[in-house]
Amino acid sequence: MSSLAEHPHRSQSLEKRVDTVQIANQSFYWLAVIGAVGIGAVLLWIAVQIGISAWPAIQSYGIQFLTTTTWDPVRNVYGALPQIYGTLVTAAIALVIAIPVGIGVAVFLSEDFLPNSVRTPIALAIELIAAVPSVVIGLWGIFVLIPFLRPFYSFLYDNFSWIPLFSTPPRGNSLLTLGLVLSVMILPTIIAISRGSLIALPRDLRQGALALGATRWETILRVLIPAAFSGIVGSIMLALGRAMGETMAAAMLVGNSNQITPSLLAPGATIASLIASQFGEAGREQVAALLYSGLILMILTLIVNILAEVIIQKFQNVE
Amino acid sequence: MATAEEITGRGKKINLTRSARSPFRSYFDFFMTILTGAFTILTIVPLAALVWDVARQGIGRLGIQSFTELPPPPGLEEGGFGNAILGTLITLGIAAAISVPFGVLAAVYLSEFGRGTRLAYGVKFATNVLAGVPAILAGLFAYTVVVLTTGGFSAFAGGVALSVVMMPIVVRATEEGLLLVPQEMRQAAIGVGATNFQTISRIVIPAALPSIATAVTLALARAGGEAAPLLFTALNNNFWSTDLWAPIATLPVLIYFYAIIPYKAQQEIAWAAALVLLGIVLIVSISSRLLARQRLQ
Repeated sequence: MSSLAEHPHRSQSLEKRVDTVQIANQSFYWLAVIGAVGIGAVLLWIAVQIGISAWPAIQSYGIQFLTTTTWDPVRNVYGALPQIYGTLVTAAIALVIAIPVGIGVAVFLSEDFLPNSVRTPIALAIELIAAVPSVVIGLWGIFVLIPFLRPFYSFLYDNFSWIPLFSTPPRGNSLLTLGLVLSVMILPTIIAISRGSLIALPRDLRQGALALGATRWETILRVLIPAAFSGIVGSIMLALGRAMGETMAAAMLVGNSNQITPSLLAPGATIASLIASQFGEAGREQVAALLYSGLILMILTLIVNILAEVIIQKFQNVE
Repeated sequence: MATAEEITGRGKKINLTRSARSPFRSYFDFFMTILTGAFTILTIVPLAALVWDVARQGIGRLGIQSFTELPPPPGLEEGGFGNAILGTLITLGIAAAISVPFGVLAAVYLSEFGRGTRLAYGVKFATNVLAGVPAILAGLFAYTVVVLTTGGFSAFAGGVALSVVMMPIVVRATEEGLLLVPQEMRQAAIGVGATNFQTISRIVIPAALPSIATAVTLALARAGGEAAPLLFTALNNNFWSTDLWAPIATLPVLIYFYAIIPYKAQQEIAWAAALVLLGIVLIVSISSRLLARQRLQ
C-alpha cells in the first residue's frame, strides 16, 4: 500500500483499469442480454413485418380470401382456399404415414432389440434424412420417384377409381406424391424426439411392468408410450409444422394447380408452393396477396409450433 | 424368462412361467418387433436410394469445369455452376456474419447469466419456435425488410434471409457446448479474481470453441441447402457476381430452376450441383455429429 501512496499516478491507473474492467464486464452482460432478447424480437419482427406487408391485401380481399378459389393475377382477384386445402391435405397424408412408422422406429431404436453398435449408426442415418436439402429431394422426386410411382398410381386408378380419393386419371405431380415425400421428410423429427422421450423414461417403469408379468410389447404399449406421450405428441406437432411449411419439395412435386378435387391423384397446391412458384414474377397486388397467404401460413405454423413447445416443455418439467 | 422357473418359499410353489394359455401374447410381441424392424428399414431405404441416385446421375457431369465455368445458355451443352458455388459462399458469409455473433451472445446469456431465469426460459421458447418457422417465411421477411427498402434483389437480402434460418441452430448448439464446460473452470477463474467477462471470454468460450465451431458449421450446412428463402431475396444470376447489392446465383436455387426446365444439359447440371450440395451437407452433418458424440463420451 505504501508503494501506491508513493506513486499517485500508479494508483490512479489502477483505478482506471478497474473501471474499464467493470465497464467491459457490464457492457458484455448487456450485450448478451440484447442477443438473447433479440431472438424473441426477431420472431416478433417477422410476424409483424409480414402482417403489415399483407395489410393492403387483407383490406381488399378480407376474409373471403380464405373461402374462395379464384387466383387470377390478370383481374387481381385472389382466393387461397385450394392452397389452404392442399397444405392441410398433404400434411395429413404425411402424418397418417409418419406417425405409426415414426413411433414404431422410435421404439425399435430406443429398446434393446438391436445391439448399441448397430442402433447408433441407424439413428444417425435417419437423422441425415433431415439434413438432405429439400431441393435435392424435389429433384429426386421429379426424376426418380414419380416415374417409380406411376404404375402404382395407374393400378389405384384402374381398380379403385370408384373411391373418390382415386377418382381422377393419375398424375405424377399430385397431392399424394407430395404427401408421401413429406412423410419421409418429417420422419426424422418424430423419431428423434419420440426416441429421446422414450430413452429418458426411468428404468423402474420397465422393470416394474416386466416384473408384473407383462411382455416386452405390453410394457411398451401400455406403460412406456403412455409415459412418453407428451414428448411423442410434441414431436408430431413439430413434424406437422414442418410438413405445412415445406416449400421446395412442394413447389416441385405438387403440380401447382389451383383446384380442389377429392382425388389425391390430382395435382394441387400448397401455400408455400404458391408463394415459391409465383412470387418471382408477381405484380404489386399479387405480391400483397401472396404475403397475405404467407401470413396465413405463418399463423398456422406458429400455432402448431407454440403448441409443440408447450407440450414438450411440460414433459421436460415432469422429468 | 422363457424357461420355467420355480421358486420355493414357505412350502408354497410359485410358478413364474407366463400363462401358457395365451400364445397370442408372444405372437403379438414377435409380430410387433418384426413390424417396427420393417418400419426402420423402410425409413432408411429412401435415404439410401436418394444418395445412390444423386451420385449416379450427378457423377457423369461433374468435373473441373463444374467449379470454374458458367452455366450454358439453353440449347448449349458445355458449362458448370461455378458462379452458384461462389454465390452460395457469399450469401452464407453474410448470414454467418449476422447470425454467429448474435447467436453466440444469446447462448452466452442462456448458459452463463440467465440459467433458470424467466427471461432465459422465454428466450429458449422463442428460439425453438423460431426454429420451426418455415424457411420461406424468412424469405418473405427479408423481402419486405431488405428488398423493398433497398430497391432490389441482392446477395445481402439473401444473407439476411439465411441468417434467420441459422440463428436458432447457432443458439441451441452453442448453448449445449457452453453447458458442457465444467462448472469448476468457471469457479476457478472467479476464484482468482476474474470478472464475468474475463471468465467467459478467456476461459469458457475458448474451452467451448470446438462446440461453437460445430454449431456454426451445422448451421451453415443447413442454411446452405435452403432454396426457399433465396427465391425472392438473392434471386438468381447467370453470370459471375460478387456484388452484395446485385442478384446472385446460389446452388439450391440453380438446382430448382434447372430441375423444372425441359433442357437436358440443364437437368444434368442440376444433378451435378445436387451431388456437390448433398456431398457438402452430408459430410458436414456426419462429421459434426460424430465429433459431438465423441466429446460427450
